[in-house]
Amino acid sequence: MDVRKTYKLFVNGEFVRSESGRAYRPDGNVNVPRGSRKDLRDAVRAARTAFPAWASRTAMNRGQILYRAAEMLDSRAAQFAELLGGSAKARRELDQAVETLVWYAGWTDKLPQVAGTVNPVAGPYFNFTIPEPTGVVGIVAPEEPSLAGLVRRLAPALCGGNVVVALAPESRPLPALTLAEVFATSDFPAGVVNVLSGQHRELLPWLAAHMDVNAIDVAGCTADEVKATEAAAADNVKRVIKGTPDEASPYLITAFMEMKTVWHPIGV
Amino acid sequence: MAITKKRSAELAKQVFEYAPAPEAIDHFRIQPRYGLFIGGHMVEPHSKKRFPTINPATEKKLAEVSEADAVDVDRAVKAAGRAFDSWSRLSPSRRARYMFRISRLIQERARELAVVETMDGGKPIKESRDVDIPLSAAHFFYYAGWADKLEWAFPNRRPRPLGVAGQIIPWNFPLLMLAWKIAPALAAGNTVVLKPAETTPLSAMVFAEICMQAELPPGVVNIVTGAGKTGSLVVAHPGVRKVAFTGSTEVGKLIQRSLAGSGKKLTLELGGKAANIVFEDAPLDQAVEGIVNGIYFNQGHVCCAGSRLLVQESIAEPLMEKLKRRLSTLRLGDPLDKNTDIGAINSRAQLEKIQELVESGVEEGAELYQPECRLPGRGFWFPPTLFTNVSQSYRIAREEIFGPVLSVLTFRTPAEAVEKANNTPYGLSAGVWTDKGSRILWMAQRLRAGVVWANTFNRFDPTSPFGGYKESGFGREGGVHGLAPYLDMD
Amino acid sequence: MRGVRSVDEVGADERAASLAKRSIKKASKLWALDLAVRCIDLTTLEGSDTPGKVTALCAKGIRPKPGDPTIPSVAAICVYPARVADAVAHLRGSDVRVASVATAFPSGQSFTSIKIAETEEAVRAGADEIDMVIDRGAFLSGDYQRVYDEVVAIKEACGSTHLKVILETGELGSYDAVRRASILAMAAGADFIKTSTGKVQPAATLPVSLVMMEAIRDFVRETGRPVGFKAAGGIRTSKQAIAYLVVLNETLGSDWMTPERFRLGASTLLNDVLMQIDKERTGAYQSGDYFTID
Repeated sequence: MDVRKTYKLFVNGEFVRSESGRAYRPDGNVNVPRGSRKDLRDAVRAARTAFPAWASRTAMNRGQILYRAAEMLDSRAAQFAELLGGSAKARRELDQAVETLVWYAGWTDKLPQVAGTVNPVAGPYFNFTIPEPTGVVGIVAPEEPSLAGLVRRLAPALCGGNVVVALAPESRPLPALTLAEVFATSDFPAGVVNVLSGQHRELLPWLAAHMDVNAIDVAGCTADEVKATEAAAADNVKRVIKGTPDEASPYLITAFMEMKTVWHPIGV
Repeated sequence: MAITKKRSAELAKQVFEYAPAPEAIDHFRIQPRYGLFIGGHMVEPHSKKRFPTINPATEKKLAEVSEADAVDVDRAVKAAGRAFDSWSRLSPSRRARYMFRISRLIQERARELAVVETMDGGKPIKESRDVDIPLSAAHFFYYAGWADKLEWAFPNRRPRPLGVAGQIIPWNFPLLMLAWKIAPALAAGNTVVLKPAETTPLSAMVFAEICMQAELPPGVVNIVTGAGKTGSLVVAHPGVRKVAFTGSTEVGKLIQRSLAGSGKKLTLELGGKAANIVFEDAPLDQAVEGIVNGIYFNQGHVCCAGSRLLVQESIAEPLMEKLKRRLSTLRLGDPLDKNTDIGAINSRAQLEKIQELVESGVEEGAELYQPECRLPGRGFWFPPTLFTNVSQSYRIAREEIFGPVLSVLTFRTPAEAVEKANNTPYGLSAGVWTDKGSRILWMAQRLRAGVVWANTFNRFDPTSPFGGYKESGFGREGGVHGLAPYLDMD
Repeated sequence: MRGVRSVDEVGADERAASLAKRSIKKASKLWALDLAVRCIDLTTLEGSDTPGKVTALCAKGIRPKPGDPTIPSVAAICVYPARVADAVAHLRGSDVRVASVATAFPSGQSFTSIKIAETEEAVRAGADEIDMVIDRGAFLSGDYQRVYDEVVAIKEACGSTHLKVILETGELGSYDAVRRASILAMAAGADFIKTSTGKVQPAATLPVSLVMMEAIRDFVRETGRPVGFKAAGGIRTSKQAIAYLVVLNETLGSDWMTPERFRLGASTLLNDVLMQIDKERTGAYQSGDYFTID
């Protein structure tokens, strides 16, 4: 007789129930926390607090942590394959998610070499441009594939040094909530990754309008949702990211980054 | 209370002596004899000949390693060639995963590797534990990440691997030099035959075990131990498409000459005589640390060592006073003691070279300074040394000593510092110490050196390209630039 | 003051970190732990301090481990001015000194006349040492003259009583400022320079202490006058205490390995040191149950 798991939100490094106490049953059977705007508020606060320390970790350290997430995910391959339906396709999706984490783990200490530049200005100045993380990134996970889709958006955001508040797929939230267990055991500092389940119509408007969120990835939004989000984002000039879920590229990382240019004179 | 007072008076006279703090060596085993790592297994050398490797701090034999002859080298290159066919056709992300495994295994066996490195080469455990081994793991981790991203490394190029790389490494950072060579080669899709230095083969033997633990496909990495003869066999073998050598400028030139007309690609990382330049506005105590780190780290067995101190005349006196005082706090002794700062000289041969050059310094008229230093009875030791009143023309200012010996010269203006720093056939590294940012950049622009360290010294990172100008060699190791020598980009 | 040489932060951090890696074992560890006890300024600086609290602390300071005469007394008891008389009464006959904080500790945000008066009263009450704070408001706004004049005035009010000058390094913002403040305090007559009040984070750290010790070294070279160093705030474990002793040893040398020139401002540290001493002697890790809290 199974000891069944209670699914919880993942906020600030802890597994918590929704402050609203509400639940919903997307598959008719399992109770999933119905995250509220206050849960979202807490998650953004946790992320903002965690941002400076995460951004100032060395690139190698962030890479090692992302690689550790791949190790942890791979060690739960059987569990996730079952959660995703138990077919060969499910297993392939899990493998892809692991591969995504490994691939982006290897970008943390290379991105500035590809996306940064030294600029030969017309004067006695040393001038360089480096990519820096934008800050708190909201991610609306695609409904399908319910694991790999989220990982494909999370990994580039984290790789660049950002902190994340992710909305799990509304109809199939369990893989995302279980993915949070992987992050919890991968040496991520508390607050760097936060995962909320719930209903888009309740959570998305608050995320889109939150003045302390720097960017929002709309991979899991309908066309109407994208339009509404873009309008709300204008209030704090939020970056609206439309990542292509099937591509893997360092430019998916730079979409979540700012470019800083520094000048310094060269003289005796 | 009277008892306490008396005890206080007695104790107050005592000096803070540090008790021995030996690193544990009982959690692994050095085998009595090692074979050659060819085609994924340890095999007997063709000639059955072996030679000893000793601990330079005690002169005790640690193990016997195999001497690879022409037959062995041929077997190794052929194994690498066969492995290349499948290795280069593996999906890049598979290659990446093998390399990530190796990196993690190095981390898992870090302490064992550090102790072996210290016992075999003489460097303080504090250095092998905190610098050599972590950097080695980091190199594999960094380059593992490039294996499946090569199309992003060079704009508009679809790079392809070359084939078999023959790699010769020195004794000063045995495992780290192995990592600098093997990691980029593998990431680029090549296979390798590597020859460790004859006095420091053991960490490479543990690395062979790690390759087997990682289930690296047989023949991707081959390690052939031996002396100079074995090295030349590797370099000369027709199956080797690329040669990478780190060692003395003298041997580097021999190799370059021998490869003329062969079509083989070559990179060389040779000697240096770096200038460490201290301006009058430098933060002095930190500059002293940089000078000490620059020449006494790893007993000065560092190609990029800051072996010439160029100090601005206006602060020469206070700087020298601080420097001499600092030398007296350096602890020389058992490399396995966690508090040792200066370990053993790698070999009797190297010790004799250092002694000869130091004698020449005295003869030519430089002023020698050595702090009081008790040298252990057995083993090869040399105290931290500095020479003042040195002229550019003295041998100690021109020739690479590769020991804990610093030559001090002065300068008056930045232009003069640049001129003196560049006045050498070498060009590997340089150091600049000043509070003024624009001066750092001005100096960096003018110094003819492959690596310029400003307000720091001897900093290495897998992302940071390293290599020399002029007779310090050509080619870079580390960073994106470190991939290029191992790729065909036409 | 603006001509004081700068400090490279990364270099200072690295040097401190490498000194912290020293492995101090066995006889040398016991020696260091014994010295640590003898250098502790056992401290209580709470609004809730009462005569009873001070009495208990004094007893602990004189005899840190009842029944073990091999454990020496601490260097001093450090209290607020109102509690000086209580400390003096209960330390009579011992070698343990009475240190009083003063000058509107911890903020220093009061009038110079008040600070002088407070110092004079603490001295009259019997304090052997005064721990003053510098005016950080004046320092950070560049009014170095004011900071200097105040230290000189307090030193004069001390008379023959020893003056420790607290820089409150956690508020100064950079190692450059710490060095500058150190030199200023010493030039104005400090007998000791001290890192922190312990009321602000960060308090004492190894790199900050290294920077202050290097400033002392330079000052001694220029003037010939030795100045002591006190680290206070956040030092809770023996491991930390030993690390400070190593930094002291390798920066200022054996002449500073004495309570005449080195102090640790601490409270919970004492019991951790006693536990470590017992661990070295018996070979077993200790429990706090076996050591009196005061």
